[in-house]
Amino acid sequence: MAELFSKLAYYFQYPFVRYTLIVGVMIALCASLLGVPLVLKKFSYIGDGLSHVAFGALAIATVLKFSNNLPFILVVTVIVAILLLKSGQKNKIGNDAAIAMISVGALAVGYLLMNLFSETANVAGDVCSTLFGATSILTLKESDVIISCILSAIVILVFVLMYNRIFAVTFDENFSTATGLRSGIYNLVIAIITAIIIVLGMNLVGSLLISALVIFPALSAMRVFRSFKSVTVCSVIISVVCAVLGILISILLSTPVGATIVGVNIVCYTAFFLASKIKKVT
Amino acid sequence: MSLIACKNLKLGYEGEVVAENINFEVNSGDYLCIIGDNGSGKTTLVKTILGLKKPLEGEIVFGEGLSRSDIGYLSQRTDVQKDFPASVMEIVLSGCLSHMKHRFFYSKEEKKLAMDNLEKLGIAHLSKSCFRNLSGGQQQRTLLARALCSTSKILFLDEPVSSLDPEATKDMYKIVNELNKNDGTTIVMISHDIQSVEKYATHILNISDHSTFGTLEEFKKMEESGGNDNG
Ligand SMILES: Nc1ncnc2c1ncn2[C@@H]1O[C@H](COP(=O)(O)OP(=O)(O)OP(=O)(O)O)[C@@H](O)[C@H]1O
Ligand SMILES: [Mg+2]
Repeated sequence: MAELFSKLAYYFQYPFVRYTLIVGVMIALCASLLGVPLVLKKFSYIGDGLSHVAFGALAIATVLKFSNNLPFILVVTVIVAILLLKSGQKNKIGNDAAIAMISVGALAVGYLLMNLFSETANVAGDVCSTLFGATSILTLKESDVIISCILSAIVILVFVLMYNRIFAVTFDENFSTATGLRSGIYNLVIAIITAIIIVLGMNLVGSLLISALVIFPALSAMRVFRSFKSVTVCSVIISVVCAVLGILISILLSTPVGATIVGVNIVCYTAFFLASKIKKVT
Repeated sequence: MSLIACKNLKLGYEGEVVAENINFEVNSGDYLCIIGDNGSGKTTLVKTILGLKKPLEGEIVFGEGLSRSDIGYLSQRTDVQKDFPASVMEIVLSGCLSHMKHRFFYSKEEKKLAMDNLEKLGIAHLSKSCFRNLSGGQQQRTLLARALCSTSKILFLDEPVSSLDPEATKDMYKIVNELNKNDGTTIVMISHDIQSVEKYATHILNISDHSTFGTLEEFKKMEESGGNDNG
């Protein structure tokens, strides 16, 4: 045990390890906040599509050789999120197809671009790390950390302020609209926050795994808790704990960060699933 | 100037007409009952008035400074998310949001209003319960309590008693009637229960191929003359 701690203490001397932990906690926190609304509004589907779009945008940004990719990816993803939301309000079936089309299309185009224009020898490695997250935790720059923290803070602030309205709009959109709440605006807020979270999370766990960070904590919490507030608070705690554990494990065992965090989340979900069964029996 | 006036409304979905030539007004303090066969377009009419869908033709005019935030609404089949983890109190409180303009969090008064409405509907003891584990009738009461939180001006009720037991049905009619008579809340209610309709309503709108609108007396007269024709 002592050996474990001294090993961790050794790693934490390095700024990039501390950065990863900070960014990891922030992203995990943000991702879990919107879990319940996204899962229940079937937005998690949109989220999945968006993460592929973010991957495509990253590929384009790489080709265009921007000094900083993040703003470009963010703008593209937010715009697509808004478009998907707008089309979703018109018809349901068309929307599902559109999401599938955009998400697969973005994935293919992104991969194609990376292959054609990549300057590094290790294309497969680059692609793999954008899809599944960094294989090691060496990749975060200080500027990334600052941007991540600012964006996370914005997401958390907006969520807390809009909390009651996000609840109302996700629980019963018709009632909200009929009684004069501007549901459109809150749906827009949800879409934009989702896009931001996905782009942020791509740095940490990669674009394929970010959905897991959104969905798992919410599903775990919903197993045991029964009110919106308790579920939200619980998923935030679960998400942060899983992220910290996942990052520590990945440092100690040098496993890929993203996959490790998702793995811890799966274990956690299983535990909550069993707990809910036991609770029912007794 | 009436609270709501509908002129030559034509209702439908994507060009398919459900009902047309609907003309009526609702004045402050009225108790309007909308009757008609299944599928005649009653729910569609209410949703159109509430701005949840557009009319194919015609216009709906809100008068007396009525705005959406003065409206309370209890939908027919609950449009709500079935699996949503939410306590009764959280749901009822959300009815208060429409008056909160630029405030983000609920005040003491709003929490009290929510509690009062729960008591009025006899489900105060369920305030911390999980909505999805309630019975159909209890869910209906919760959603009515939410509607009451959102208004004291005009309340739209789409078959509010459809999933209630006889005792609760009586209670519901009594509560709605008291709201109308004591608090001056205007009521627009869809109902199949003609007997209760005749007991409480001041106006009747019958949606059919030839929609008719009139006061309760006019409606009763028409019914009698209609009965005479048949006999
Ligand atoms: N979303 C929809 N899209 C297309 N058609 C619809 C939709 N909703 C209802 N309809 C059609 O519109 C007609 C009127 O439906 P509506 O729900 O208004 O009837 P209703 O008078 O409320 O009936 P009930 O007494 O059963 O509640 C029906 O023929 C129905 O098939
Ligand atoms: Mg109906």
